[in-house]
Amino acid sequence: MMNCKHATRLLSESMERRLGPVEKGMLRLHTSMCSGCRQFGVQTRELRQICRAYTPMEADDDRDEDHHGR
Amino acid sequence: MLTEKDITPYLEERRGDLLRFAQLQLGDRQRAEDVVQETLMAALSGGKGFERRSQVKSWVFGILKHKIIDEIRRSDRERRLGDLAPEGDEVLVEQLFNRHGFWRGETRPSRWVDPDASLENRQFWQIFEACLTQLPDRTARVFMMREILELETGEICASLGISNSNCWVILHRARLGLRHCLSREWFEEER
Repeated sequence: MMNCKHATRLLSESMERRLGPVEKGMLRLHTSMCSGCRQFGVQTRELRQICRAYTPMEADDDRDEDHHGR
Repeated sequence: MLTEKDITPYLEERRGDLLRFAQLQLGDRQRAEDVVQETLMAALSGGKGFERRSQVKSWVFGILKHKIIDEIRRSDRERRLGDLAPEGDEVLVEQLFNRHGFWRGETRPSRWVDPDASLENRQFWQIFEACLTQLPDRTARVFMMREILELETGEICASLGISNSNCWVILHRARLGLRHCLSREWFEEER
């Protein structure tokens, strides 16, 4: 069976390119049995959402607004 | 409604944050200074009708992202890195996987509880930045070009002069590192 090191690499690459049918099949088999890699796949997508929501300059915004506003 | 008098000092205060981000992306202090300057000028001439500082912030960061992308495109192939082995992160891979390449018990990913709620949490973003900072510089840079500037892999590779497969390896290492760091420092704390 494909190991987790290889499976996570494919999960990551699936964010960048279309996987081939053999790769997809092997990956599906692996993730059906491995909760860790299943979570890795979910979190790779969650990480993308997190990055899209990111802006630097977070540090003390709320405090500023509390301080000056309301 | 915020006026220019509210916005100007706020932007000045945030200049350092913008500069830090730009410098990480461009790898050059002078170019970073230039894009931040252009961004602030554009921001001051165009910012109208904001109610909250948080709106100003995402709007200014949006401008900065575009300026950085323009700058990267302008200097396309100017400073090629060339393919390199991923920097110093064999240690990370060994920390995460056993010698057969399976997750070690304590590093196996488990579910993140309600990541959407974390996006509203100021402390979460401090942890996020700290985790990004822990990545090797070049790894962080490629990852941020992909996930924060939202450039396509092909364009990133071309502008840095590295191959697609090298780019994928770097992105993967960044994801392994960042995911592990966020789990350890934030999501597992919550449980």
